[in-house]
Amino acid sequence: MSVVSDPELVARCRAGDPDAWRELVERYSRYVYAITQAFRLPSHDAEDVFQDTFTRAYERLHTLRDDDALRPWLASLTRRLCIDRLRASAREQPLEDPEAEGEDRIEELTDAFAVHAALAELPEHCREILDRFFARDESYRTIADALDLPSGTIASRISRCLARLREHFAEENDPDPRLEV
Amino acid sequence: MDPHPEERLAELLALLPPAPQGWVEAAQELPLARPGLDRLVARAEADARFRELLIADLEAAFAQEGVEADAATVEAIRRRLSLP
Repeated sequence: MSVVSDPELVARCRAGDPDAWRELVERYSRYVYAITQAFRLPSHDAEDVFQDTFTRAYERLHTLRDDDALRPWLASLTRRLCIDRLRASAREQPLEDPEAEGEDRIEELTDAFAVHAALAELPEHCREILDRFFARDESYRTIADALDLPSGTIASRISRCLARLREHFAEENDPDPRLEV
Repeated sequence: MDPHPEERLAELLALLPPAPQGWVEAAQELPLARPGLDRLVARAEADARFRELLIADLEAAFAQEGVEADAATVEAIRRRLSLP
């Protein structure tokens, strides 16, 4: 499966292609969402930060100097907005230290983003089953019903697809030491 | 390479659940609709009659400005005009 590169997507967004913008949001929505969760923002603040991140990204896309750096640029935008939000609420009620927790988590989320990018290049049946089981936390039964498969085959399919993801990820990253447990 | 990297891959997959669908749709549509929304809000603030027409028939006003009346955009203009 061929996935449009970030620089190509950015170029299409700058040229005013609305479908490219929608694809960019789709590609990064989980990552931006996970950063807001890492900073433990209340839901309404997390939603505001999520929307502000993408609105600012849209308005300032022309200021991105390296089109290959879209992910860290979005992470930086989201992080800054999360910290602003936390500091504003800390003026009202003292918090523990979610700023530090959030900072620690961003690196791991970046690894997770790389794994999801590798997942996006697997065949549809593997993408679907791994995403449903691990990211959406669906049960074997729910997955079997949704995909019209015998529930007894779900575990073995997950195992095969995970092995395939491992091979693909290793080829792409050769090998990534951050994956070591 | 770690002997059990598949476990680590699984952990990393689990770290990125989907964002709420409504959030994603709003992020996809609102920046695109922003110029039309700005025009609608400016007219509604300057012209009480237009504001009444807008409140009475949001979809028609959106169509006039070439703005798609999806749920996120309608909600955005309701917020900006402090409509119920």
